[in-house]
Amino acid sequence: MDTLREVLEFYRERPDEVLELAWMHTELSLIALAIGTAIFVPLGILFARWTAGGSAAVGVVASLRVIPSIALIFLFYPLLGFGYQPALVALTILAGPPLILNTYAGMRQVDASVLEAARGVGMNPAQVFFKVHLPLALPVIIAGMRSASVEIFASATLASFIGVRTLGQYIVTGISLLDTTYLLAGGLLIVALVLSAEIILGGFERLVRVPAA
Amino acid sequence: MSRQQQERDPQGGSAIRLENLSKQYPNSPHPAVDNVSLDIEPGEFVVFLGPSGCGKTTLLKMVNRIYEPTGGKIWIDKTEVHELAAPQLRRQIGYVIQQTGLFPHMRIADNVATVPRLLKWKKARINRRVEELLDLVGLPPESYARRYPAQLSGGEQQRVGLARALAAEPSTMLMDEPFGALDAITRNRLQEELLRIHRQIKQTILFVTHDIDEAVRLADRIVVLRQGKVEQFATPLEIISNPANDFVAELVGAEDVLRRMSLIPIASAATAINGQRNVDDPTISGSSFLRDAIGTMVETGSERLSVVDEDGHPVKSLTMEDIQQAVSTSDAEENASERRATSASD
Repeated sequence: MDTLREVLEFYRERPDEVLELAWMHTELSLIALAIGTAIFVPLGILFARWTAGGSAAVGVVASLRVIPSIALIFLFYPLLGFGYQPALVALTILAGPPLILNTYAGMRQVDASVLEAARGVGMNPAQVFFKVHLPLALPVIIAGMRSASVEIFASATLASFIGVRTLGQYIVTGISLLDTTYLLAGGLLIVALVLSAEIILGGFERLVRVPAA
Repeated sequence: MSRQQQERDPQGGSAIRLENLSKQYPNSPHPAVDNVSLDIEPGEFVVFLGPSGCGKTTLLKMVNRIYEPTGGKIWIDKTEVHELAAPQLRRQIGYVIQQTGLFPHMRIADNVATVPRLLKWKKARINRRVEELLDLVGLPPESYARRYPAQLSGGEQQRVGLARALAAEPSTMLMDEPFGALDAITRNRLQEELLRIHRQIKQTILFVTHDIDEAVRLADRIVVLRQGKVEQFATPLEIISNPANDFVAELVGAEDVLRRMSLIPIASAATAINGQRNVDDPTISGSSFLRDAIGTMVETGSERLSVVDEDGHPVKSLTMEDIQQAVSTSDAEENASERRATSASD
């Protein structure tokens, strides 16, 4: 209980800094998620339509998942140096596998007879895609955004190791000072952000889910 | 007949002409459809019948260009189907498939409104049409319009599929085993309603099935297919009483006396009432078939039925002898094959 009181005291002493770091953490994560979605969802759609090589490509992507995020962050250090840009690139790449894999699976699980019916009633290829195929894949794609956002929000912590101001700042300081209050103060907020992202995207997912019996 | 239905002009069907139509799939030893030519009358209900792999579905789906032929032409009235862009062509043709292909993320009303929306009808007209169609297929709009496909039974889903196909008043309908996945009772009911709708609208229907009873029940004419070739194209009665070859005979079970009796109308077998008519004779409608008459006889234990007209007045009488006579006449009309001669007359 004492520790918790210390953490609350910690927040009360520097509310502006806490809010600023939480916001920068969120902003960095959301930008990475947005760029990742813009790149990897279309890529997943392409893989799903690519009959010859799609499943092989997706297999390669799945195997990339084993690269830990901390390795990714430091991998870009010699390439892009310190700071915001390499962190953003690393976080965006981190979103790749869950987005590609889910988009691919979501597009592929749509019933072939439904797509045939869509063509059969006279939809052109764009109408089949936007009115039927994509809406039916959307819940699975959003589930992919959900796991991507968990990875990004958690890993944005590591960006502080290459000099970006996020809630990871408190973790870095906590580790170097061996101060549990810092560690907890940062950790609790990061957990809160991850959970909110999860809950918000889960809400979207329910919204677009196909009604069942 | 409801108010809405009176508003609409009765629509006719299109004449469909298949001309040396072929489909050769890559990596397949023989063509799925092999030089098929057919002339289908406007408003005709034609069933493509055959075992699986005979090419019936391929043949059907070339009409709306889901599959492209490798040779030949398809005329719907005066238009060759390749003169139009495929989506434009398909909007003029009703399409029903076995798996229903309903859009699971859309409400029933939106499913039915699909083609009118593609054709950019006015909103009010679309709404009116959707209600009218749901009524037509026996799904009251007030309880069904806002539901989703997954909330309906298989039979109800296929009714929606039918309504969606009918929405833009197509003069041609393509139906690929639409009732194949339904239980027998539901299938019967939907067949009945399809016949009712066809009598009312008289569009041309091409219908694929492997179920001979369904073919006999629905078809004006049946196309029997084997390995992509037409074995016989004729009325159900003709095909059953006069199969073109052993393959057709076996496929349609021409030996089956009951099946044949289900095709001979009572009116054509009954004889004039003679003096000994009994007022207690069970009655049967002249528009039913001999098979129904046998049923009534067995049920009531009477060997004579009184055949009545639409108003219930007795016009003729029907005895077991009349039935035997009618069945053996349909036998005698056959060619020389003696195979069946014994089955009915003794």
